[in-house]
Amino acid sequence: MSKKVLVIGEAREGSLRNVTFEAIAAANIVSDGGEVVGVLCGDGDLSALGQEMVYYGAEKVITVSNPELKTYTSDGYAQAVMEVINDESPEGIIMGHTAVGKDLTPKLASRLESGLISDATEVVAEGGNIVFTRPIYSGKAFEKKEITDGLVFATIRPNNIPSLERDEALTGQVTEKEVSITNIRTIIQDVIRKSSDGVDLSEAKVIVAGGRGVKSAEGFEPLNDLAEVLGGTVGASRGACDAGYCDYSLQIGQTGKVVTPDLYIACGISGAIQHLAGMSNSKVIVAINKDPEANIFNVADYGIVGDLFDVVPKLVDEIKQMKVNA
Amino acid sequence: MNIYVLLKRTFDTEEKIAISNGRIEDDGAEYIINPYDEYAVEEAINLRDEHGGEVTVVTIGEEDSEKQLRTALAMGADKAVLINTEDDLEEGDQFTTVKILEAFFEDKEADIVLAGNVAIDEASGQVGPRLAERLGMSCVTTITSIKVDGEKANIERDVEGDVEKVETSLPLLVTCQQGLNEPRYPSLPGIMKAKKKPLEELEIDDLDLDEDDVEPKTKTIEIFLPPEKQAGKVLEGETDDQVKELVSLLKTEAKVL
Repeated sequence: MSKKVLVIGEAREGSLRNVTFEAIAAANIVSDGGEVVGVLCGDGDLSALGQEMVYYGAEKVITVSNPELKTYTSDGYAQAVMEVINDESPEGIIMGHTAVGKDLTPKLASRLESGLISDATEVVAEGGNIVFTRPIYSGKAFEKKEITDGLVFATIRPNNIPSLERDEALTGQVTEKEVSITNIRTIIQDVIRKSSDGVDLSEAKVIVAGGRGVKSAEGFEPLNDLAEVLGGTVGASRGACDAGYCDYSLQIGQTGKVVTPDLYIACGISGAIQHLAGMSNSKVIVAINKDPEANIFNVADYGIVGDLFDVVPKLVDEIKQMKVNA
Repeated sequence: MNIYVLLKRTFDTEEKIAISNGRIEDDGAEYIINPYDEYAVEEAINLRDEHGGEVTVVTIGEEDSEKQLRTALAMGADKAVLINTEDDLEEGDQFTTVKILEAFFEDKEADIVLAGNVAIDEASGQVGPRLAERLGMSCVTTITSIKVDGEKANIERDVEGDVEKVETSLPLLVTCQQGLNEPRYPSLPGIMKAKKKPLEELEIDDLDLDEDDVEPKTKTIEIFLPPEKQAGKVLEGETDDQVKELVSLLKTEAKVL
């Protein structure tokens, strides 16, 4: 049954996040030949970003521009998106399972008294039903879930559902909608940027993670270098965070972030079950550890038994060399 | 201050997951307070110690959930409520949970409700913000610091690694993120005292709800384990050679460079 499906887009520092395009692809599956409508909130002229959503498969896009929507607040965005929902009456809604998605979608679902399937890694149409696969117990298991009543509402995990090919021949209307934003109960006073170059762990294609073996905050330096040369970002195990080598926001594992990058390089991480839960579904895993018995080698595709302070700098040089040769 | 904590009993993080008859095998499993809810309990106790008032810990679960509630009482919470759905509900989702909590909070006049930002089992992260919406409270998720001054609250929250400083007002629901505090272990006197603290048990009937009111909007149709990851190739030889081989493998075999 074809459906009208709304995709809530998300921009960060002036460009759309990849997960927005992945959400359009997921919405395309849910819509089953129906219409995929994008919505985008922010401040200033959003038409170019709206157009970009069209190139990735949205049939029309509604932009809501307002100074009050410059930075995300749940009250402001909920108000704006709810107005678009009321206008469009979609039968499905898809958004990325990002910080904004996690904050906004439960509130919308609650207002709409609808179900919500969070953090889906796969979406398929099976005999008229839409089936979502999502990790439970931090990826130690998975469940297949469907909506039994009302709106097909889901968030999708970044990096898992491939986006459609960008096609500039695609056309669709991008229209601006005026919404007056009132009653924002939370005021954002300041944002302190800590994440490297705005690459979030959950969206990173390459993660270089350090454990207790990194030994100190300074010990993360070679890992930063490796992440930089690979265009990735740095993460950590709980051991490294508890020891104070790095911020808890970098923690990967059952408490902390669950990540699925294309390449995960574990440096000086022993591989406790809680850490493995957070990263073992990465596509390719490299382990570098002094202890040949370390559990991390049981999930690694490639392992080097050695001192990370010896191996990692050499790896940086080798990759730089490879890039020069290419 | 009238402080409430939403708590969920979860598998210990050490537990391996096995499936039997299409369900997660829970025979012999060890349970804990969901780690993010533990931050909520700790912060609630600290807020009470600073501002006065009372901390009530609420869970929806079964008879066995009493153990985690007693742990929270032993940490220092004042009262506990177990909404026991064992006999009434076979299935539920976040809609169900929030419908029950909404009914529970109807006559409560909470100043602050604290919850974990996510449970480590089902990990939807929906219950906190969904409930705030139903109760008309402002809501701040993934907090790493909170200072309350009268009706005002200054909060720091983790946004994908960045720190956002937010000002808002009570009544308020927050969801707790790692880094907020270091949860205390219950002391021996705490454990003794907890045995005598009030623990109220309710069923959905007591909240004027029946099964139809809380019927879930979603259904789990299958649970499965991910394919077991095969141990890969441990490289050999001098470090320099291993590094060269690794880069070559990542490029040609794994195709990730």
